[in-house]
Amino acid sequence: MTRSARRTRRMLRTTGAGAAALLALSACSSSGEDSGGKAGASSSAGGPDKLSGTVNVFAAASLTESFTQLGKDFEERHPGTKVVFNFGGSDSLAAGITSGAPADVFASASPRTMKVVTDAGDAAGTPATFVRNRLEIATLPGNPDEVASLADLTGDDLKVVLCDKTVPCGAAAQKALTAADLKLTPVSYEEDVKSALNKVVLKEADAAVVYRTDVRAAGDKVEGVEFPEAADAVNDYPITLLKDAPNAAVGTAFIELVRSAEGRKVLTEAGFTAP
Amino acid sequence: MTASPETGAAAGPRTGGPRRPRPLRGGAPLPLLVPALIGLAFLVLPLVALLVRAPWTSMPELLTSTEVWQALRLSLICATAATAVSMVIGVPLAWLLARVEFPGRGLVRALVTLPLVLPPVVGGVALLMALGRNGVVGRWLDSWFGLTLPFTTTGVVLAEAFVAMPFLVISVEGTLRAADPRYEEAATTLGASRFTAFRRVTLPLIAPGIAAGAVLAWARALGEFGATITFAGNFPGRTQTMPLAVYLALQSDPEAAVALSLVLLAVSIAVLAGLRDRWMTAS
Repeated sequence: MTRSARRTRRMLRTTGAGAAALLALSACSSSGEDSGGKAGASSSAGGPDKLSGTVNVFAAASLTESFTQLGKDFEERHPGTKVVFNFGGSDSLAAGITSGAPADVFASASPRTMKVVTDAGDAAGTPATFVRNRLEIATLPGNPDEVASLADLTGDDLKVVLCDKTVPCGAAAQKALTAADLKLTPVSYEEDVKSALNKVVLKEADAAVVYRTDVRAAGDKVEGVEFPEAADAVNDYPITLLKDAPNAAVGTAFIELVRSAEGRKVLTEAGFTAP
Repeated sequence: MTASPETGAAAGPRTGGPRRPRPLRGGAPLPLLVPALIGLAFLVLPLVALLVRAPWTSMPELLTSTEVWQALRLSLICATAATAVSMVIGVPLAWLLARVEFPGRGLVRALVTLPLVLPPVVGGVALLMALGRNGVVGRWLDSWFGLTLPFTTTGVVLAEAFVAMPFLVISVEGTLRAADPRYEEAATTLGASRFTAFRRVTLPLIAPGIAAGAVLAWARALGEFGATITFAGNFPGRTQTMPLAVYLALQSDPEAAVALSLVLLAVSIAVLAGLRDRWMTAS
């Protein structure tokens, strides 16, 4: 008895709230029409600009921390918008986009993976490099093995993990090793940069060659060691709006935020460098 | 003597009938036939798609690369070793669960099936935390015996056995519970020890169940990816099994990945079909 009564009351309350929301929405949309907004094609426009709706951003896994922050900033600045991220390996994201995944923005960790998308004719305009990432050696906390250079990793007594050559961080590491004329046999070629980092976080490996942003994100679980050869293997991160973007207006605005001074600030704090 | 409880159940109430159930007269009824065919199509369609999209022209080149054969060899060796490990410790475990009453048996049974629900990558992390260089048990293995398991072929076998053994345990336990315990009891009353009864009576009785479980475990181990790459890493010739090679090829060259998958499929189908005919029908 009491439970069903309570349920009815709750239901009424929800319906009431829903009706209020609907009213608010219709009020908004009519005001939107009055000012002749074209960006907010769907109903709920909020704020002085007419940006609304959901934007789907496909971004490289290494952007997870900084883009999540930027997404929150963006939603605060443009009420009524929602930024949905799909973080993953750039290659699989590119494969998803070329096979028709509904995405508005693609931010990739390498020009090569971006080229997959542009070659397929799926990008709107030319991709722009918005940040760069460089490699760093991640060692155990306190650097007990006293790793100071890339050459220190080539000894037999250290367990080193690298990314596989097929993923961007592995290709970059290979480039740095070639530039330094070093031959390094790791214990494992990991499938992505986070797995490589985790082997050091879990203390299974003594060192890994990863991005500076990953070292930064891991906090005090690893210690970063910079090495000069990293300059020969800097990774450019391109970003682009996609041709079949369901919400191009919001997508463009998000790219603007990423490339703005504020966006740059969030990204450099995460360890990226300006292009 | 109804040696196999599976065929016994399939043959229905008629005990002592033929080993293989006779085909039903009048064909399959429509309400069974239609979903059955949909089920078959659902399972087979993705394989057909792989065949259709396979890069047949570049196939010979891919198949002559030493790395592919290395990965395939490693896969077969590790899956077989993992199945052997599972049988040596899994069959006694299944017997314990089926035949011995002890408090908390339901909980233990649930724990045994845990690797089935655990995402394999999580299983790999759990293995690292248990048996890794810095793991709960692993650190003692390292300091006492100088034994480190991650990044080794032994690590691959362990990761595969961890994921595949529950299939064997469940299958064997089911067979044991369906098997009549009176044969064992008869053997013990006639003077056999409980272990002799297990060896001479129970094992032959449940052989088809063990075979079915072993085949399941082997197939699961062969396709294992997540726990292996997390626990044992990926190094050609040492820990890079076929599924790992396929995944990494997918990053850069999807066509090569399709070709590699087909090789793995062909080999596993050949082995499974061969085993099925030999083990499961004529026991």
